[in-house]
Amino acid sequence: MYVAVKGGERAIAQSHVLLADARRGDAAVPELSIAQIRGQMRLAVARVMSEGALYDEDLAALAIKQAAGDLIEAIFLLRAYRTTLPRLADSEPIDTSRMRLSRRISAAFKDLPGGQILGPTYDYTQRLLDFSLMDESAEIGTADSGPSPNPVETTVAPRVTDLLDRQGLLESEACPAGDPPPPDLTREPLLFPVDRTARLQNLARGDEGFLLALGYSTQRGYSTTHPFAGEIRFGTVPVEVFVEELGFAVEIGEVELTECQLITGFEGGSEEAPRFTRGYGLSFGHSERKAMAMALVDRALRARELGEDTEQPANNEEFMLSHSDNVEASGFVQHLKLPHYVDFQTNLELLRRLREEWEANHGNTAAPAEPPAVPATMEAA
Amino acid sequence: MTNNTDRRGSLGLLARSPATLLAERMARVGELPSFTWLRKPETGMVMLRGRIGGDGARFNLGEATMTRCTLRLADGSVGVGTVRGRNARHAEMIALCDAMLQQPARAATIRMEVMNVLAQAEQERHARASADTAGSRVDFYTLVRGED
Repeated sequence: MYVAVKGGERAIAQSHVLLADARRGDAAVPELSIAQIRGQMRLAVARVMSEGALYDEDLAALAIKQAAGDLIEAIFLLRAYRTTLPRLADSEPIDTSRMRLSRRISAAFKDLPGGQILGPTYDYTQRLLDFSLMDESAEIGTADSGPSPNPVETTVAPRVTDLLDRQGLLESEACPAGDPPPPDLTREPLLFPVDRTARLQNLARGDEGFLLALGYSTQRGYSTTHPFAGEIRFGTVPVEVFVEELGFAVEIGEVELTECQLITGFEGGSEEAPRFTRGYGLSFGHSERKAMAMALVDRALRARELGEDTEQPANNEEFMLSHSDNVEASGFVQHLKLPHYVDFQTNLELLRRLREEWEANHGNTAAPAEPPAVPATMEAA
Repeated sequence: MTNNTDRRGSLGLLARSPATLLAERMARVGELPSFTWLRKPETGMVMLRGRIGGDGARFNLGEATMTRCTLRLADGSVGVGTVRGRNARHAEMIALCDAMLQQPARAATIRMEVMNVLAQAEQERHARASADTAGSRVDFYTLVRGED
């Protein structure tokens, strides 16, 4: 129960002043610009866009600055902002096979058409602190394009899964008849059981840490999947929107996406031949860990559809989708900071009565006869 | 339909190009025509859709900001500007170019001073990025074992 409590206005105003000061830090140090955050914190920007469910690098950078680097707070800010904007259109489905690749690897196929392109990755770094970055003037040069044999070669390549698909060993993601528009969780409540398309929307905006931990649980044995990274790609794709005045779709710009296709063996059954199945991850910006965790969880959530055991947490659709959103989770956890004075007072009264009854039944040998010492100020609240 | 294909291509190029470069090129076109708004620039969102596995059922990935506007020149040519992001000026410049490209008197100048330059700049951006990226392509080799 909540009751209106007056009297905090002045304290709140001063708290805002302190917050602004704390965010700004030492005034002798130059202030961060949005362009700096966008350009030099690109992975933080990608996470805030993905989980904020709004692709806008400048707004994500602004949110990070305003939230003093608290990414979940920044995600909350972006989610709040998106509610102020009208929805103008739905895009044509983005075709990831048209991606201009910045990175593309497969852990399942060594020699894939288009090759393995490492791109910018921390995978092959030694995780030693680079003290040269302490000195801002010691800038490292741009990427060396020297050894490239053919500088104008294209960096577009077919999806690995499409190649395997043709051999019939991998389940195909057949487009359903009529290509129906997907459900939209920003407009419709999450009612179980849900379609895989709705699950993917939930996971796409879901918390990376949550998906990472639950995806990890499936690898450690709390599920039955053993996936291969069929393909992970990151790059730039065009966005097309149908424009009514024109009567056709036009490109309105580009976005960076990360896509992950996990491949998992499937034993088949009396009616189905053994084959590989897929888990799918797609996220904004360069966000491989997120896309991989999403694909792991997507596959785990298909257990019921594929007739596998479903008793583990990661197989439980309702559990997973109800707890994946960090804005909701953060709100409910942090609401504990709101005044619960009356609630607590009620509990306190109840406890005193129970204690009296207990003492009457057990004699007052062990427990003190006095009520628990509660400071007068707390009682007054 | 060739006209639509051309227009589609031009609108895509205008939207993909940096707004600063577009503004720079438009400044060289000379005096820009006056116009009336059919739809003033408005910023909202577009829901980006993907497909499961890249080619399966559609799903909603998340939204992106988007700005659009429509304008009409004195001779009745209508220009449409739609661009990802919140840059109203970018949308306006796209719509202006789109409208002027439909005017026989202006189309050639816009193609030469704006479209060709944007196309070449984009090609150069892509070539540079491809070259940098291609340098990180893995060349596997197998070590010969000493059995033979």
